[in-house]
Amino acid sequence: MVIGVIYAVLFWTATIVLVLGVANKIRIYAKTPAPLKIPTTPAPVTQSGVFLRMFQEVFLFKSLFRADKLLWILGMLFHYTMLIIVLRHFRYVQDPVWGVIQFVQPFGIYAGFLFVIGLLGLMARRVFIDRIRYITSPSDIAMLLLLILIGVSGLMMQFVSPTNIIMVKAFFRGLIAFDWQPLPADVPLLIHLGLVATLMLIFPISKLLHAPGIFFSPTRNQIDNPREKRHVSAWAAELDKQGKTYLDELDQGK
Amino acid sequence: MADYDIPKITGEDGIVDIPNLQPDAMKGHGPWVSKPEFQEDMHFPTDFTMPENVENYGDASTLVENWKERALDKMGDLKSRYRSLQVFLDICVKCGACTDKCHYYIGTTDPKNMPVARQDLLRKVYRRYFTFAGKFFGKMGMPGFVGAAELTEDVVKDWYNYYHQCSQCRRCSVFCPYGIDTAEISMAAREILDHIGMGQKYCTEIMGKLNKIGNNLGLPEAALADTLEGLEEDIFDDTGVDVKLPLDKKGSDILLITPSADFFAEPHVDGLMGYAKVFHELGLDWTLSSYASEGANFGMFIGSYENMRRISLRIRKAAQDLGVKRIVFGECGHAWRVAYSFLNTLAGPFDFLDQNYPVPQHVLEITEPALAAGKLNIDKSQNDDKVLTFHDSCNIARGSRMGDKPGGQFVLPRNVIKAVCNNYVDMPADTIHDATYCCGGGGGILTDDLMEIRVKGAQPRMEALKHVTDQHQVTHMAAICAICKSQFTKVVPYYGFTMDMIVSVHQLVSNAIVLKGQLTEEEIEARDAEEEAERIAAKEAREKAAAEKAEKESKDSAN
Ligand code: SF4
Ligand code: SF4
Ligand code: SF4
Repeated sequence: MVIGVIYAVLFWTATIVLVLGVANKIRIYAKTPAPLKIPTTPAPVTQSGVFLRMFQEVFLFKSLFRADKLLWILGMLFHYTMLIIVLRHFRYVQDPVWGVIQFVQPFGIYAGFLFVIGLLGLMARRVFIDRIRYITSPSDIAMLLLLILIGVSGLMMQFVSPTNIIMVKAFFRGLIAFDWQPLPADVPLLIHLGLVATLMLIFPISKLLHAPGIFFSPTRNQIDNPREKRHVSAWAAELDKQGKTYLDELDQGK
Repeated sequence: MADYDIPKITGEDGIVDIPNLQPDAMKGHGPWVSKPEFQEDMHFPTDFTMPENVENYGDASTLVENWKERALDKMGDLKSRYRSLQVFLDICVKCGACTDKCHYYIGTTDPKNMPVARQDLLRKVYRRYFTFAGKFFGKMGMPGFVGAAELTEDVVKDWYNYYHQCSQCRRCSVFCPYGIDTAEISMAAREILDHIGMGQKYCTEIMGKLNKIGNNLGLPEAALADTLEGLEEDIFDDTGVDVKLPLDKKGSDILLITPSADFFAEPHVDGLMGYAKVFHELGLDWTLSSYASEGANFGMFIGSYENMRRISLRIRKAAQDLGVKRIVFGECGHAWRVAYSFLNTLAGPFDFLDQNYPVPQHVLEITEPALAAGKLNIDKSQNDDKVLTFHDSCNIARGSRMGDKPGGQFVLPRNVIKAVCNNYVDMPADTIHDATYCCGGGGGILTDDLMEIRVKGAQPRMEALKHVTDQHQVTHMAAICAICKSQFTKVVPYYGFTMDMIVSVHQLVSNAIVLKGQLTEEEIEARDAEEEAERIAAKEAREKAAAEKAEKESKDSAN
């Protein structure tokens, strides 16, 4: 039961940190003005065009495809298998389990292998390509290791030492209902869950912010219409209004 | 020719191989630092000491007081005002997709010229002082674990050196999965440097001239008027047609803003004559302005919104004072980015201009439709001595548009070239359109003190050019950017080309256009012969008179 309590606290904390942390970052991104039109051209000239561009970036990694085919394959492999795996895990919290979630169950297992293979490929790039090695920090390696270990420990439970799934499900449903439930004291499970919680905790303070961040990237999400529509940010408009040249000449009083 | 190695080019497939990295290959002191008096006019702090020699660039003793706090303050200020900076500093995943995309990395092999590594010079300081992870691991004495680092003199030196090895060409942003644009980072870095006593002499002095006189060259009104008159004479001599290049003509329809290099440099000036001929043929009423006699806006290079706006407002004022209805820009890459993407923001709204035309408009947006509609009389054979290729200027390719459709910036110039030349070949696909390689001299580094980086950075473009010259008999490369033209004419000789292979697009138009009432070559020859004969006759008459006079005088004195 002690383990159950420790992990319950851990997951609640991790969830709060993840949600509030990311929400805070999104708030900062949203409120920071983009004073100039800087879409990387050729860029769409309509809002629906921007929607399409963003869709292609987010779901197909279009720019990455142009940049580096190997990385694109590894990136697609890793991200999409992760998506399937995450969907598959919904069955540990849902009751009844949705149709889609049931549908992805069998794929989830293969996805687990491909997930780890994709990550090993990404790791190999960091080790063997001199340019990538140069820009890699220890934290980049640590993050890959974290994901690989999450994958491996998950696969262990699937194929080597299965854990008591019923108990796990009860634990997570308990979390949602604020009702303490015990967790099986299996090492792979505890490692798996501990690492997942760690991942959630570091999300808002690391490069994992690329997930929400891409939606705010001005080079991708701006419409190419500067001549047709005047675009001015609030701080710049103040210069116009007060007829000043430099920001430090502005009358701050308002 | 130079005390460094010029990269080798082969011309095989026109694509450079990606080199292995060599740390610190381009370590150095960077370009000349700007003096306090120049900084003052730009409204930057001046309480710093000019370093005695280049080795002292970035030493704390020469920087402004409390330079560290002030650098961090500026960083905090900028990231709260620029979403690009805030987001880009956070979201890079170090995937490395951009690492082989920068012409400066390819040409120099210095890893700090890989776009992500260039960003990291600033990002590591951001991480250390503005993020939880950086502060946490920093306190534990291991900031490097999360890619954070203390702000030290060495970091400032690296900033100054490597942020002046970026031409802000945005090629990296095309390939980054999140659109991270290193140009935004290097602009911010230069703005920070300007606030701690590390401004760049070249950019600051040029902007000083513009603010005082109206153009980057410091060409005063009288000299400009003279130059234009000279050009009118040149055109008259060539064609027998009286084509005007008006200056400060009130009540004109069109104000033409063009880079000041167009007034004197080769091949720029041939382009200017080209615009004049096109306007003349189309019966457009236009003028240049002596007050706003500059298209380029170096405020963008140093990341200073305020200075960029100050320069842009000259154009607004000129347009209002002259009472024009339209603003048209000449051939210039960076100028066109600022004009197309920013002018409305910086100096708008332009509700006092004719709304039937885009504000501003590119001269190609006038020439191209006119050619397509057959409004210009063209003799393509005038360019038959050439096989052309075209260099997409990065700031036009990746930072602006021409015409109504996305990508018009690639189509319009090519349409114009093909309409006036019979022979045209594109360079390899990975080196044109939005994947174009920079000329190597953009973004405020077109200065002699940065010659090495300029020469090396040109390598990918030179490789592509070599390919088409070797395999497709290309003889000339056309460009539509003042900086590209200047940079290329200076740099192509290092790679075994001749400088006159660089041409302006409107120079080609100028060659091929047949003006109404234009004299044929024979007529010009006849005219010139006639003038020559008249000149000789007059001379002979003078000499004869003088001889008679002398004879008479000697007779007189003899008497
Ligand atoms: S491509 Fe973008 S995300 Fe990847 S390393 Fe370069 S800047 Fe970072
Ligand atoms: S903007 Fe251009 S010069 Fe600067 S890092 Fe990117 S590719 Fe290199
Ligand atoms: S000078 Fe020309 S090629 Fe170079 S960055 Fe500017 S527009 Fe691009």
